[in-house]
Amino acid sequence: MFESLTDRLQATFDTLRRRGKLSDADVDTALREVRLALLEADVNYKVVKGFIKRVKERAIGQEVLKSLSPGQQVVKIVHEELMETLGEPGRLNLGMQSPAVIMMVGLQGAGKTTMSAKLALHLRKKGGRPLLVGADVYRPAAIDQLETLGKQLNIPVYHEGPDGSPPEVCANGVALGKKEGHTVVILDTAGRLNIDAMMMDEIKAIKSQTEPIETLLVADAMTGQEAVRVATDFNEAVDISGLVMTKIDGDARGGASISMREVTGVPIKFLGTGEKLSDLEIFHPDRLASRILGMGDVLTLIEKAQEEMDQEEAAKAGQKLLEGQFTLDDFLSQMQQIKKLGPLGKVMEMIPGFGQAAKGVDMSEAEKDLKRIEAIIQSMTMLERQRPKLIKASRKRRIAAGSGTSVQAVNKLLRDFRDMQKVMGQLRKRGGLKALGGMLGGGNNPFGL
Amino acid sequence: MRFLILAHFQLFPTTQHPPPNTHYPTPNTQKIMFKSLRDSLKKTRQSVFGQIVNALGAGEIDEETWEDLEALLIQADMGVETTLFVVERLQNRVRDEGATQTDQLLALLKEELRAILVEPDDFSMEEPREITVVLVVGVNGSGKTTSIGKLANRYKQVGRNVVVVAGDTFRAAAIDQLKVWSERADVPIIAGSPGQDPAAMAYDGIRAARGRGYDLIFVDTAGRLHTKYNLMRELEKIYSVCQRSVHQAPHEVLLVIDAPTGQNALTQAKQFKQSVAVTGVILTKLDGTSKGGMVFSIYRDLGLPVRFVGTGEKLENITPFDPDQFINGLFDASEPARPQQEESLTEQESPPDESTADDQSKKRRWFSRS
Ligand SMILES: Nc1nc2c(ncn2[C@@H]2O[C@H](COP(=O)(O)OP(=O)(O)O)[C@@H](O)[C@H]2O)c(=O)[nH]1
Ligand SMILES: [Mg+2]
Repeated sequence: MFESLTDRLQATFDTLRRRGKLSDADVDTALREVRLALLEADVNYKVVKGFIKRVKERAIGQEVLKSLSPGQQVVKIVHEELMETLGEPGRLNLGMQSPAVIMMVGLQGAGKTTMSAKLALHLRKKGGRPLLVGADVYRPAAIDQLETLGKQLNIPVYHEGPDGSPPEVCANGVALGKKEGHTVVILDTAGRLNIDAMMMDEIKAIKSQTEPIETLLVADAMTGQEAVRVATDFNEAVDISGLVMTKIDGDARGGASISMREVTGVPIKFLGTGEKLSDLEIFHPDRLASRILGMGDVLTLIEKAQEEMDQEEAAKAGQKLLEGQFTLDDFLSQMQQIKKLGPLGKVMEMIPGFGQAAKGVDMSEAEKDLKRIEAIIQSMTMLERQRPKLIKASRKRRIAAGSGTSVQAVNKLLRDFRDMQKVMGQLRKRGGLKALGGMLGGGNNPFGL
Repeated sequence: MRFLILAHFQLFPTTQHPPPNTHYPTPNTQKIMFKSLRDSLKKTRQSVFGQIVNALGAGEIDEETWEDLEALLIQADMGVETTLFVVERLQNRVRDEGATQTDQLLALLKEELRAILVEPDDFSMEEPREITVVLVVGVNGSGKTTSIGKLANRYKQVGRNVVVVAGDTFRAAAIDQLKVWSERADVPIIAGSPGQDPAAMAYDGIRAARGRGYDLIFVDTAGRLHTKYNLMRELEKIYSVCQRSVHQAPHEVLLVIDAPTGQNALTQAKQFKQSVAVTGVILTKLDGTSKGGMVFSIYRDLGLPVRFVGTGEKLENITPFDPDQFINGLFDASEPARPQQEESLTEQESPPDESTADDQSKKRRWFSRS
């Protein structure tokens, strides 16, 4: 099942340490894991090589081996290096001239047409007056597709039908945009292979005739090893100014983004996150880095939580927890909220550091436990939920009967809950959340589920 | 229980995130930094495969040979697991068979790879029967509609009574796109209107096609990511109405994957297979530089055969999968097949195809002007 890089590295170091003191050679062994993880994430073979070299230099400089958790240290360095490689979130540069011309290029099926429409919507939201230009005269109905999207958004689309000549269509589109006071003109070009010389010449011609201020290479987040070559070739032909990764709402690890970024040096500007025209996101290097490392996408989970959960309530519960005011009732509602996020196993996967903890835990058992706990708490009165100390023998029997469980189960829940409060109390003293990480990495089963 | 509380901290506003990394090189220095890498890539990219084949082609097998081999396989998108599997098997064989030279290795490598691509059972599309329903599925933009157009043409040419059903009622202009392909292939299309329930469309389409006596029915579907719960349920529904429409339908469920896809292809195949019992793969866009090595994992893990490969945007750019040719393609030192338009200018054999001839002249038109 899911195994995060952190877990793998920690396991590697643990094995190595059993043999004695860690040496520099052990870093190499650990970096092998990093290398495999990156390759599995579709980062290009050669890009991985250079990357590992940089990580190694940093790791040796930082005396990783002396730390208690070299695995986590290495992951931290890898993560940092990834973030640096991915670079800052790129901003669209629309310059001073109006209209600003944006040219979209890429392989077939990457998602250029949809992305053009999304970008138009995005720019209109920011106060711009976009015009879309349909220059894909090759793929059947590509222009119809753009027109349909334009209609949905109420954004005008210029095209000359399937008989138009793309560079001319684009030049005419830009001229029209200027005449009609559009602030931005987005050129949706046909998908093409990077080795198709004639088609590559076409985008060169479009570029020289329309002088786009942004030339965005649209690439599928699922792209494999060839991402490097595709990006290099497009960059050589039309000097791209930004990358856009699409279909990031799938579960591809997205290593292609690193490869493309590294060989072109241009920033990643947007992410396409769904089929809806509003599914456009500014790129966050930290998220993508975590994703590439298989470290879970907490932020996405947080977003999901924000969509699905009552935030205020959740924040209150969190605060109470920190202050030691957390009741069984809070626990119940928290549990119900987490349940909304999906099956427990799936939720676990998305939370970094839980890979290790989850190992050896039967998720279907955990789900059952969850149901049992829920039933028990639901059989308590409000007062009991607030003050579990009140729950003595006769109440326990009633609760057990009401929830279809046993007195032992009720006892276990109450005991676990007390333990939890104790741990939270200690955490508070020890400086809070940082210590949580320690608990997780602590090795012994932190569950008590 | 403790888990839930910990989870809470990860999920809710009390969570403290590490401060974002603040040091970034400016884009400019980065461009320079990357330049050397770019140059080195450029050198190798002309013939990554050629070099390695050369490296494997002569001399003793040594540590470096294995490294080169690994590089070769990984760069063909074969994936870590399959690469390690193949390399290990080769190392064993080299030891057992006492091979010392790299050219011996190359032959063994081809054998090992060939062994993974297990010959599949008979293919129901090939033997005409009363009715064959083919459901075509896959992620967005992989080439489903295009492949249906090409296949419709291919089977029409051999005398089958082909019809296509426009089951993508979701994507803008998807129906129009299939219409154009049906005209190119000169087969009828059964289409509804955008936004219509795709399962109902598929059912009505198949029933109508059967009523009119067609024997090979291709059902197009909207692209969907395998991670989308609702869309996968929708696809399952389409599958189950296919089952109800005709006895034993769908006879084939073909998953379209494009060659540029990396390791996610395996996950896609798993999920689609689980949902709609995929029977085979169409690997598209092999006319690019991507090698499509991920199909080895798909064979190994799922036993799903590749049935066709797509090699361009023209009607005739589809061929049955030929494992040997595919494997040779992995080691192909030369530049990939030139893009289709040049081919068509020289190739006399290919039947004249108006739509693409049009494209050609279009390309030439602007080309001569610029
Ligand atoms: N070069 C190349 N392009 C292809 C191939 N198959 C499909 N395409 C292109 O990929 C893009 C997406 O194809 P489409 O059939 O619309 O994908 P769908 O969304 O899966 O139906 C289009 O631009 C097609 O022309 C192929 O084998 N080679
Ligand atoms: Mg389609």
